[in-house]
Amino acid sequence: MTDVNMRAGASVTVPPMVLAEQVSKSFGSNEVLKSISLEVKRGEVMCLVGPSGSGKSTFLRCINHLEVLSAGRLSVDGELIGYREANGKLFEMAPKEAARQRRDIGMVFQRFNLFPHMTALQNVMEAPIRVKGLPKAQVEQNALDLLARVGLAERANYYPAHLSGGQQQRVAIARALAMEPKLMLFDEPTSALDPELVGEVLDVMKGLAKSGMTMIVVTHEMGFAKEVADSLVFMDGGVVVEAGDPDEILTNPQHRRTQAFLSKVL
Amino acid sequence: MSTTTPPTTGGETVPAVEPARSAPIKAIKLRHPWRMVFAVLLVVIFVSVVVDAALRPAYDWPAVGKYLFDRRISQAAVVTLQLTVYSMVIAIVLGVVLAVMRLSPNPVVKSLAWFYLWIFRGTPVYVQLTIWGLISLIYSSIDVGIPFMDPWVSFETNAALSTFTIAVIGLALNEAAYMAEIVRAGLLAVDRGQEEAATALGMSWSQTMTRVILPQSMRVIIPPTGNEVISMLKTTSLVTAVPFSFELFTRSRDISAETFNPIPLLIVASIWYLFFTSILMVGQYFLEKRFARGVGDRQPDRKDAVGTGTGTLTGVVPVVGSGQPSVIVPPRQDDPPVNPGGVK
Repeated sequence: MTDVNMRAGASVTVPPMVLAEQVSKSFGSNEVLKSISLEVKRGEVMCLVGPSGSGKSTFLRCINHLEVLSAGRLSVDGELIGYREANGKLFEMAPKEAARQRRDIGMVFQRFNLFPHMTALQNVMEAPIRVKGLPKAQVEQNALDLLARVGLAERANYYPAHLSGGQQQRVAIARALAMEPKLMLFDEPTSALDPELVGEVLDVMKGLAKSGMTMIVVTHEMGFAKEVADSLVFMDGGVVVEAGDPDEILTNPQHRRTQAFLSKVL
Repeated sequence: MSTTTPPTTGGETVPAVEPARSAPIKAIKLRHPWRMVFAVLLVVIFVSVVVDAALRPAYDWPAVGKYLFDRRISQAAVVTLQLTVYSMVIAIVLGVVLAVMRLSPNPVVKSLAWFYLWIFRGTPVYVQLTIWGLISLIYSSIDVGIPFMDPWVSFETNAALSTFTIAVIGLALNEAAYMAEIVRAGLLAVDRGQEEAATALGMSWSQTMTRVILPQSMRVIIPPTGNEVISMLKTTSLVTAVPFSFELFTRSRDISAETFNPIPLLIVASIWYLFFTSILMVGQYFLEKRFARGVGDRQPDRKDAVGTGTGTLTGVVPVVGSGQPSVIVPPRQDDPPVNPGGVK
């Protein structure tokens, strides 16, 4: 709503939505993230692009603690993720505390990961009822509103198998929004979709961005990045190669690796 | 290439192409004379075996008829059913616990579950039942309390545990080891993305398990569990090792020990076992059909989600096999993506 004002005015006093300081992640001896430092402001839409295996998805999964960092610090809304800090020492969080942090961070997966044994409506209602313990009637009304918002009011009682990929992904977005997150993570949300279904999902995401949601989107959709993103980060081999204004990077990439990548995907 | 395709003008509004009718093939069927020969031969052999059995005096069919509905036998049949149901229920509960233990991140818990499986799957159930029968020799009393202190409560083992109870315990603990593996396979068959999605929503481990993982793994767990029930029904005949003697097999042996005519009573017992297993097989058929249909129904649309799946797919493969999606794509005319922000 007041996204632009918020972004410009409040950033001095309010901590950034996401602050990554020299974040590293290794799987065994394989270092997939090498000292990533990034900042995502409130209401900002950041697109992460890069070749597969560049660490984009891993970085995204670190933000809601689906992956545990090997080094560095990562905080969301000023709160350290996965750890508590007291007297200059870090304490690993109990699963319950980590779960509480995840409530505020919505995530949308490449493969939707809807619960197949629940209808679209039940998928959206599950977490607010079980996790937040909200009354069912209120949750149901809110869920129906959300499904209407992603254009699926008529599909509330369909099982995921009876929905197209694009519809499933829109339900997945509604499911994440039902927890009223302050940050949304999208992990290649359109990569598993038929080309003709990509648009409907991107439209929902555009609307969400317009409404002022802070979003981090791992994507190969350069058109979306150009149109919607406030900032674009190009990653390769676990490092940030280039970051900045999407238009500038897409039209005039400075680094040779970025140029090579963009020449193939654009 | 017997059809001709009318040319299309291109564009999206063109209706579906109407294929030209092709003529059905008219050909003389290939004959399989040897099939007929073998079929006749097998029927002849089968009929002669049946006729021979019907006429052979050793089978003593009148005695079979006499004992089939003997009170002692029908009571024993009920006891056999009780043994099956009680031990199966305990085995399923214990099996779920063991399966979850085997998947635990705690190495001690994991090893303990593995040790249990190693013992109970590695030794014959008949031997186990015999050992359970001698339990009062090993533990003459059951004490409840703090070790090496005076017990709060103490039972004489012989008085506390009837042979029926011991038989149920023996069967259940053995079966639990097999059920644990079945449940574990079911849990592992659920796509990892399901757990991730639940975790990302802030659900706890137990919520993820009971609301997301277990309901989906049921489809994989139920068919082999049906097999185990049928298998258990037959394994109850081994509780004579305890010795518990009121189930079907031992009871018919006891009767034949008085009549000196064992064969008809073995047939009587077999008929009862067959009767029960047939009922269970019918039940299992419907259960499997129901759950296979559930999976088939919930397969993702191939066209829209090529090779992606919604988490069921990995679970489907071992159960359904063919996995041809029977997908109904509902018409989509009524859901243009509504723009949340009202823009564009």
